[in-house]
Amino acid sequence: MISRRNFVVGGASGLLLGGCDKLDQSPAFKGILRSADSLAEGSQRLLGRNALAPQYTDADLSPIFRSNGTAMPDTTEYAQHLANNFADWRLAVDGLVTHPLSVPLATIRSLPYRTQITRHDCVEGWSAIGKWHGVQLSRFLDAAGLSTRAKYIVFHCADRFGSTPYYESIDLVDAFHPQTILAWGMNNHLLPVQNGAPLRLRVERQLGYKQAKYVQRIEAVESLAGIGGGKGGYWEDSSDYAWYAGI
Amino acid sequence: MDAIARGTDAAGEANASPRIAYRHRLPTRIWHWVNAITLLVMLMSGLMIFNAHPHLYWGQYGANFDHPWLSFKGRPIPGWATIPSYYSLAGARRWHLAFAWLLVIGLIAFLITSLINRHVQRDLAPTPSELSPAHIWHDVKEHARLRFPAGDAALHFNILQKLSYVGVIFLALPLMILTGLTMSPAMDAAWPWLPIIFDGRQSARSIHFIVAALLVLFILVHLAMVVLAGPINEIRSMITGRYRVPPDRGEA
Repeated sequence: MISRRNFVVGGASGLLLGGCDKLDQSPAFKGILRSADSLAEGSQRLLGRNALAPQYTDADLSPIFRSNGTAMPDTTEYAQHLANNFADWRLAVDGLVTHPLSVPLATIRSLPYRTQITRHDCVEGWSAIGKWHGVQLSRFLDAAGLSTRAKYIVFHCADRFGSTPYYESIDLVDAFHPQTILAWGMNNHLLPVQNGAPLRLRVERQLGYKQAKYVQRIEAVESLAGIGGGKGGYWEDSSDYAWYAGI
Repeated sequence: MDAIARGTDAAGEANASPRIAYRHRLPTRIWHWVNAITLLVMLMSGLMIFNAHPHLYWGQYGANFDHPWLSFKGRPIPGWATIPSYYSLAGARRWHLAFAWLLVIGLIAFLITSLINRHVQRDLAPTPSELSPAHIWHDVKEHARLRFPAGDAALHFNILQKLSYVGVIFLALPLMILTGLTMSPAMDAAWPWLPIIFDGRQSARSIHFIVAALLVLFILVHLAMVVLAGPINEIRSMITGRYRVPPDRGEA
């Protein structure tokens, strides 16, 4: 027999949970919770618009850097690139730019680069520290000449989730941040496949899913509405992750 | 127990009707109930976030190849204890990061109000004599015997209450907020001292979890005390502010 007390407690927690699940799925309530994302983005930009992510030393490196997302892109094109040591890999820079570019990987590797030891924070909660070698994204954007209409930089990747190529996007504050690089090397070696070979994004003040790997094309856009499902990234569109992942 | 007003009943009626005292002021009552909801949502959504990677580490980094000090298989927290009840890291983060603002704004507003109206100095700060080991031991024994203060003594926090409330307000909640902020990569850029004071993001994440467990313990003891001390009178006093004073020995 259910006691009155158990009935009340059980009923109350059932109502609470059921209520929370309903609220979790309600677009209006989601919108209210979502407004906290903009609040976080606004406050973090206010507190440190150009602040640098902490940098670490060789002694702090993770013994094994766990890879996130795809560990081996499963397309034949990628397999050919890999077999060919990425000799024909090119990075396209297009969209709202004056001079669209197509830069061979060899050229990118010969450009002045920076090395930074930073912490990679996954949305799930784990962290890994790695050393990255790469070219500042701003160099490519400056060379291509961004239109004044451009507000976001979209990264198109060679790895697929199902049939969808991975994509991510950042705004211009992060795109021109000095630590935002297209990395071709990691821990004093060329980038391993599982970490995004031959070219990946490091945007050090955001979570792991923003760190696009296997980058083939960067596109300057005015709005994210026309990209994928319109929320600016693969996980944002497929699983409703926040576009701003600074927190 | 702030703004303690004397009972309005005339002394002659003391036997006929109980003495009613105004025990909790409005800011305290509002903050209490905002926190009751906020902490429950933070806890349950936090447990869902924990489900995404139920391993805790010390230091700057920590992932599957590193050594955790606490580790579970699968998704250890059952649906009845999480928000939402189905697995959704994105959904739980939405709840957690939105209600976190209520927690921060509520704590700051309460601290400012309570320092200005001297609630902290008058009602929460322990006096030197209360902090003597003999006094604390006496209160522990009284609590263990479930002999709660009556009469005027019931209108003031006893030392065990003071220590727990001060601990929660000035230690546990600030620690939760600061360790939470340390997990944000953009906050660590803006405030680089954050990962330094906690000795790393993964240490901060561990402390976040430990202090959350201590807060759960506080809430459980708090609820038990409410039940033991007379739930209706206690809950009413936190809604209306008015408290029926338990008759003192001799008063009854």
